[in-house]
This record gives sequence, C-alpha cells and structure tokens, in this order.
Amino acid sequence: MNLTKNDKPASILVVDDELSVRDSLTKWFTEDGYKADAASDATEALKKLKPGKFDIIFLDIKLPGMDGMELQHRIKSVDPNATIIMITAYASVDTAVKSLKEGAYDYVTKPVDPDYLSHLVSNVIKQRRLASENIQLREQIQELYEIDQIIGESPAMLKVFDLIKTVAPTDTTVMIKGESGTGKELIARAIHSNSPRRFFPIITVNCGGLTEGLTESEFFGHEKGAFTGAQYRRKGKFEMANGGTIFLDEVGNIDPKSQTDLLRVIETKQFTRVGGDEIITVDFRLICATNRDLELAVKEGKFREDLYYRLNVFSISIPPLRERRSDIPLLCNYFLKKLAAGINKPVTGFSSEAMEQLKAYPWPGNVREMRNAIERAVVVSKGSAITVEDLPIPPSSKAVPEDQSLESVERVHIKSILDQMGWNITRSAEILGIDRATLYHKIEKYGLRK
Amino acid sequence: MILYILPLRFQDNALLVDLSSTLSEVFKLPVSILQRTLPLDEGYDPVRNQFNSSWILSRLLKLTPEESCKIIGVTEVDLYVPVLTFVFGEAQVEGQVAVVSSYRLRDELYGLPKNPERLKERLEKEAIHELGHTFGLIHCRDPECVMHSYTYAEEIDFKSKNFCTSCAALLKSKKNKFNDMI
Repeated sequence: MNLTKNDKPASILVVDDELSVRDSLTKWFTEDGYKADAASDATEALKKLKPGKFDIIFLDIKLPGMDGMELQHRIKSVDPNATIIMITAYASVDTAVKSLKEGAYDYVTKPVDPDYLSHLVSNVIKQRRLASENIQLREQIQELYEIDQIIGESPAMLKVFDLIKTVAPTDTTVMIKGESGTGKELIARAIHSNSPRRFFPIITVNCGGLTEGLTESEFFGHEKGAFTGAQYRRKGKFEMANGGTIFLDEVGNIDPKSQTDLLRVIETKQFTRVGGDEIITVDFRLICATNRDLELAVKEGKFREDLYYRLNVFSISIPPLRERRSDIPLLCNYFLKKLAAGINKPVTGFSSEAMEQLKAYPWPGNVREMRNAIERAVVVSKGSAITVEDLPIPPSSKAVPEDQSLESVERVHIKSILDQMGWNITRSAEILGIDRATLYHKIEKYGLRK
Repeated sequence: MILYILPLRFQDNALLVDLSSTLSEVFKLPVSILQRTLPLDEGYDPVRNQFNSSWILSRLLKLTPEESCKIIGVTEVDLYVPVLTFVFGEAQVEGQVAVVSSYRLRDELYGLPKNPERLKERLEKEAIHELGHTFGLIHCRDPECVMHSYTYAEEIDFKSKNFCTSCAALLKSKKNKFNDMI
C-alpha cells in the first residue's frame, strides 16, 4: 500500500497529549510499515525535530503549553518541507481550517475513519515522492543544457566547443588548461552533461585546497576511527563519483604522495578507504584542470611524468579573455541580462563609453572577474544602462605606470584588484590566480594598505 | 509453541472450531480453545457503543498462560482504538496477544442477507492477519497476501488466507528465532 521492500520507509511523528491517541496512531503506522515516533507536547516534539527527519507530522491542535497552531509555525521554521496534518476534535474545526491557511496539508477529526487515514497518508507520500523526483529531473535537465552557459562566438571558443562535442561521448580522460577564471569547471560540467554518464554524478575536488594529510581521505574516504576525529565512516570522492565523472580542479597542486595514489586508482580503478582493508572498485571518468604549466612542473621534478601522461590524454585549452576580445560584448550582455533578472532590476544595457572601457580592459581575472564586475555594476546602477561610473574597473586601463619594472606593474595590479574586491583576500587571490598565502606575502612585500 | 483462542462474548462455537483448525493448518502449530471468561465491561465506551481493543489486549496479556504461546481473543462486539472510528482487530506487534471482531465482517450489517460461509472466511483471514502481526509481520503491498490491510469488509474477500512468498519467509524466520529463544 505504501512502500516497496527497497524503499526507505516514510517517517511519521505524532504529537498529541493523549497517550491513547499517540499509542494507537504510532501502532497503526508501524503496522503499515512506516517509521513512527511520538511526542506528548511541543517541547518534546521540537527536541525530536530535525530538518528532513520526519516526512509527515500529525499535530493535535490543543496541546498543553504551546498550542498546535504555534507549534506548526515553529515546525515550519525548522523543517519547511515536512507535511503537517492537524488532529482536531469537532469543537476545533474552525482552528483546523485556519491552520490549513497557515500551510497545514489537511486535518483529521477524531475519531478518524481508518480508510480515510490510510488514503491520506498514502497520498501525501505519493505527492512527496513526485515532488522529489521532479526536483531531481529538473536538476538533470539543467545539467544537460549546461553547454549553453558557455558563451562565446570567437574562433578560439568555437574550437573549444568542437573539442567538447568530440570528447564528451567518449570515456577519454580530459585535461582542461586555462588561466584562473576562464571557466574550466563549466567546461568539465559540459563534457559530463553531454556524456553517457550524465545521469550519474559529477564530483568536483578542489585539489588546491587540500593538504597532504587530507588528500587521501578526501579521495578515498576513511573508516570510523581511522584517525583522530574520524568519528564516522565517510565515502571518498572517487566512491561518490561511481558511475559518473570525477573532476580534479587545480590538479597540479597535488602533493607527491597523492600523485602516486592517484596514478594507482587511475590504473586499477580500485582503492581502499583510509584505515580500511576492503578493496573498493569504482567506475569513473576523469576530467582535470590546471592553471599551472604542468610540463614545466614535470621537467622540474615536481609532478610525476607518468601521471602527467595519464592525465593529458585529450587536452582542451581555454583562451584567456584578452585573447578573445570579440566575445566581450556578448559575455557582458549575457551577464547583465542574467544578473539584472536575478535581482529584479530594470538595467538593460551599457552606455557606449562603458562598453568601450569593458572591451579595453585586460581582464586578468578573466570571465570570473567580468561576472563580478558586472554584478557590482548592476547593483550600484541607477539608470537603465550601466555607465563608466558604475564599473569597478580602472577608467583608463590602457594607462601604464611610469615605472614599468615588473615589480612595479605587479604592485599596481595587485592593489587595483584588492581595491576592486574591497580587500576580500580570497576573491582577489582567485582573480590573480595565486593562493592566499602568496597574496599575503605580496601585500607585505609591497607594503600595500587599504 | 501453542496458539490459544479465547472467546469473548462469542456464541458461535462451530465457527470457533473451524477457526481453530484453520489457524493450526496455517501456522503449523497446535491450537487450543480456552474455556475462560474475561469481563469486557470496563473496556466499553457507552458514547461510542464500542469496546476498546487496546484495553482488551492489555487484559489478554495478563491471562497469557506462559511465554511460549500466543493468544487471540475472538469477539462479536464492535471494536475501536481511541483515534479511529473502528478496527476489525488489533495485535501486539511481535508480541503475544491479538483480538479480532466479527461485528463488521457480517454481511447483514450492510443490509445484505446473512452469509455464514463468507463470515467464516473473513474471520479466518483477519485472525491470521492479526496473529501475523504478533510474529512481527507488517502490512504487505501484495493485495492477495493475508497481511494486506483492507479497511472495508468486502475488500477482505479480495485477499487469500495465505501469506505471500516474502511474508511466508519472514514468518518462518521469526518462528525459528522465537523457537531458539525459548
């Protein structure tokens, strides 16, 4: 009637101050194969409540202390997705109707007809399953169209699109090369979304943010008690990507020990969790990205040569924005439309001076920097078109400092990016394509101040 | 293990004898009809004109002769649990006691002519169903399995007296587990 042998049983909470009601309802639901729990008042109910813990909550309108109506509000604030059904006596039907207006799904009047109760619960569960399937399908459809989010008509980008279409249906390992902010993850998602693995997950690992000790656990997971703080068994990213794609961002930053581990898992498709001895076999497609010159890293002995050749099977290079300036107006208008709609602001275009400035600017942080600049401009803009004053980029980007030494240019550029980003170190470092520690070092070196 | 049937305001002895042999056949256990009386007055609700089945279960538990048995009360009175308008029966899940009522299983309650054979079939199915709960079985999706839950008397006729394959397997393992414990 309500669940298959493989389904997780729906979970129901009964909140009623009458023991006989709690007992009979929880027993009825247990016999029907649901997971049932009960609470005698609001305090006990709120203690048991956690987001997603209960699918359906039966709630008596008249409770000691906090009444059912108030508890309904509290429940909605903790778990807005829980379906609430009010339990009422004949005398409180008016209140029950009021509770429906406040978002309750339905109400039952005591004593309730067993057939009605059975159908009510069964219908709620069907609806919840459909809603959940609907969300999953929407997400999948959204992923399928992700290639449309990559904007560009320049010959360089058309070549990238061709390469994506060629490699996507295969299982080939792909290496995406490009400066920071060029949209490497978007390309990886587009490849996955157009591959036969699209109905399985794409799992991203930001290798740049992993320390040597963390990488192994992040890649392969760990068993409970494998190390201090490992309180639960945890799946690693390779296990999570089973059937789908694993995307290793900033793969050039992986430490030597993890390079060896990575090589082994690529070759054997097998690994064990940290602290475990069970051999886990996984099926994944590998896509990785780097903004470093890996060939140079290989020559310098910082990156294993055998791993490099394993990763660099099919290479896609994304040109920096300054090398495809013809795409700038297209990208600007795309972001403007998307971002203005997002905050419901009637900004529809750029003044001709603003567009000239956007086209002239070198965009060291590439598309990511452009998106952030336009987002800020949309927020501060007061008219229907974005003006030069709205743009957070230097008015004369072609101007060069008198002192043209490399250090001086770097100093001016870093200061400019920091100012634009309101001295947000993380975002500035991202745009500059360096890590936070390096940025702090340069701030100190050049004596930069807010 | 032994199954006991306790008549509670139940007059039709022939029906009890038939029920006894059916239960014995289905559960492959000896069945005995208890010759004891259990006053039901305290479980009666004059406003609803019904008897509280949970109260009856609590009394049956006190009567249970030994641990290695299950006991099912069979009655002609109308049963309820407080939050529901009526029940055909009730059982202690993975416990020792159950109760079943013939009151709403009778065709004459719905303006139809008496049908003793149909009443016998329905009573047997509901008694097997409630005893199934005492062995830890829950409701089954298979509409022909005796553990399928129906809330209308005429729907009970859809199901058989048998357990589906998976419920039968579960019943067997629960019985073995119980036998190991005693």
